[in-house]
Amino acid sequence: MLKTFPKGGIHPAENKITASKAIKRMPVPKVVYVPIAQHIGIPSEIVVDRKDKVQKGQVIAKSSGFVSSNIHSPVAGTVTKLDMIVDSSGYKKQCIVIRTDQKDESNFEDAAYPLKKDITMGQKDILKHISDSGIVGLGGATFPSHVKLDLKNDNKVDYLLINGVECEPYLTADHRLMLEKADEIIVGIQILMHALHINKAVIGIENNKKDAIKVLKTASQVDKRIKVAALQVKYPQGSEKQLIKAIINREVPKGGLPMDVGVIVHNVGTIFAIYQAVQYDIPLMERVVTVTGKNLDTPSNFWVKIGTPIKDLVEEAGGVPKGTRKLVNGGPMMGKAIKNTDVPVTKGTSGILIISEEEASRQASKNCIRCSNCVFVCPMGLEPHLLMTLTEKGMYEQASTEDIMTCIECGSCSYVCPSHRPLLDYIRFGKNIVKKLQTAKN
Amino acid sequence: MSISILYSVFLLTSLGAIAAIILYVVSKKFYVYEDPLIARVDDILPAANCGGCGSPGCKAFAEKLVTSEDISDLFCPVGGNEVMKQVAEILGKEVAEKDPTVAVLRCQGGCDVRPKTTEYQGPRSCAISSLIYSGETDCQYGCLGDGDCVEVCDFDAMYMDEETGLPVIITDKCTSCGACVKACPRDIIEMRPRNKRDLKVFVGCLNLDKGGIAKKACDVACIGCSKCEDICPKDAVVMKDNLAYIDPELCTLCRKCVDVCPTHSIIETNFPPKKVKTPKKEKSKEEPVLVKKQQPVVEIKVKVESENPSSNA
Repeated sequence: MLKTFPKGGIHPAENKITASKAIKRMPVPKVVYVPIAQHIGIPSEIVVDRKDKVQKGQVIAKSSGFVSSNIHSPVAGTVTKLDMIVDSSGYKKQCIVIRTDQKDESNFEDAAYPLKKDITMGQKDILKHISDSGIVGLGGATFPSHVKLDLKNDNKVDYLLINGVECEPYLTADHRLMLEKADEIIVGIQILMHALHINKAVIGIENNKKDAIKVLKTASQVDKRIKVAALQVKYPQGSEKQLIKAIINREVPKGGLPMDVGVIVHNVGTIFAIYQAVQYDIPLMERVVTVTGKNLDTPSNFWVKIGTPIKDLVEEAGGVPKGTRKLVNGGPMMGKAIKNTDVPVTKGTSGILIISEEEASRQASKNCIRCSNCVFVCPMGLEPHLLMTLTEKGMYEQASTEDIMTCIECGSCSYVCPSHRPLLDYIRFGKNIVKKLQTAKN
Repeated sequence: MSISILYSVFLLTSLGAIAAIILYVVSKKFYVYEDPLIARVDDILPAANCGGCGSPGCKAFAEKLVTSEDISDLFCPVGGNEVMKQVAEILGKEVAEKDPTVAVLRCQGGCDVRPKTTEYQGPRSCAISSLIYSGETDCQYGCLGDGDCVEVCDFDAMYMDEETGLPVIITDKCTSCGACVKACPRDIIEMRPRNKRDLKVFVGCLNLDKGGIAKKACDVACIGCSKCEDICPKDAVVMKDNLAYIDPELCTLCRKCVDVCPTHSIIETNFPPKKVKTPKKEKSKEEPVLVKKQQPVVEIKVKVESENPSSNA
């Protein structure tokens, strides 16, 4: 029996159409729109001005606090304007618009960067490099990585977990990265283990990626401290708390962090970015994005520069097919519908999903029939139907005592509800209000 | 037979007497003193329990009025100056006098002028949809049209206009309790002074985008041209972030700004229909011209006639 987390979870249709498609490199975009708020925390501070020439990898927005991150220019070019552009949040946000120089050869040549195994840097240098390179959690949460690695408190961390679960249907970005960059990922893990003095590392991969498990198992033979764990296929296993429970059976306390139970979790994408930053001094400027959808001509995986407009990606994958109703930034479960195709790719964009008319329409919400399906599938052990009702009636204090804040917004409840109730929409709204009330209290 | 009736009469009478004694003792023993003024003030208050004063209800507000020494910063927006005057008489304290206000909707982006670019299928609530994204149109400042304000209005002073998709405020019913202002996640509803006969002039837009972008998203958006600022004789128009705002304290309701606004984003309410005023202007300009012309024109009648049918056609 394969390992998994015990409580709740669902298994939606996997639809990993692009699993066998090797990652292609997108041509260098003519214009990039780089938002300054690509991570959780304080937006970065712009340090360039209009008409400035910028080099590839130059810092264009500086980290403006502890929970913040540097942003680097993904191309060589000229800053044409600092403008407000709609990003994946659906609102206009400050962006740095850079027109690429025609001579720009900023595309990486993989051959120019062979595997570099020796870790020459000291512990402090490694952490500084990670912080300076603007690395954030590439699984989708975009939490600045250096904050996770800052072990000031007395927490004793003994486990490094690598998240290669990719439990979202459709997405294959991490899967392909594990297949193609397995050795680099192993070195990346070694770098972190060296920097944080951790002796145990486990890579968690769901069992629907058997090839990735095999490749990483062979690659990890160089280091006995690194193990690969095959996990049962279940959503939302890619969530930090669920992954820790599944692999080493520790439970993160309410409101706590993985650090509290001696664990640090990183996504495979982040590990690869750390490898590049430490070994080759390449800041985070591009990431793997899956462009997929059932009606799409050529769904593919791409190496995409941060700031590339989504329309370029869709164009590269065969254009928006007829009868498209919805474009989603991310996977179908946790992704967010976007307003138009001008939205730029950010550090947190793991996929672009194109959904057709039939699949997109929501059905009308009916009354709750108390079937408690939502309670059974909630991985956090909450009662989503109750939380929704409490929010609807404005009983926020009670919602707070019912632990609305521990919801991880995985959407399993909305997925299984036979009455098609918009459970997550209300819970998310309730969380927002409760958070405001709590900050007002303090 | 008659004895059994007597029994029950006696029994019930004595039960009643015992209960009366208990009640009397309890009411004396556990008597809670309440300032009689509170009841008197509560009687005067409108009993709407809307929360517009900041207290959870009229009774709580009455208590607050009676107990606090300085009540000059307390005000019942529903009752207005009249009620506060009566309260002041009863309590012998000084109350502030406020100009009556009324809620206005600072968005005119109906379905016909603000085209929808996306479709929203989630729960119909502005608070929720505003968390998800900026709304169905390209304007991220305007009305979302899901009617949270209408839902919270206790006075039936608002309804959704199905044609435009915007809420409508019935000025006569509005008590300016402020519930809608709090409910709107976009801060579109503003409390403005009622003035005489509900005359109001205000900018019906909150779009901070640059002119071209704003105009593309909505035909009646404020494009920040500052024509209104230039023409205003009282400097009541403030331009900030590509958006005009008319300061109600300085505005003298001359309506010059309304005429110059190229996108018609400045709203005037309850003014007598323009026809009364504009023909006057036209007449005053045209009449003297006509008078001057008429005399010589008499001779060339043919020309005038020939012009008329063509202009009619």
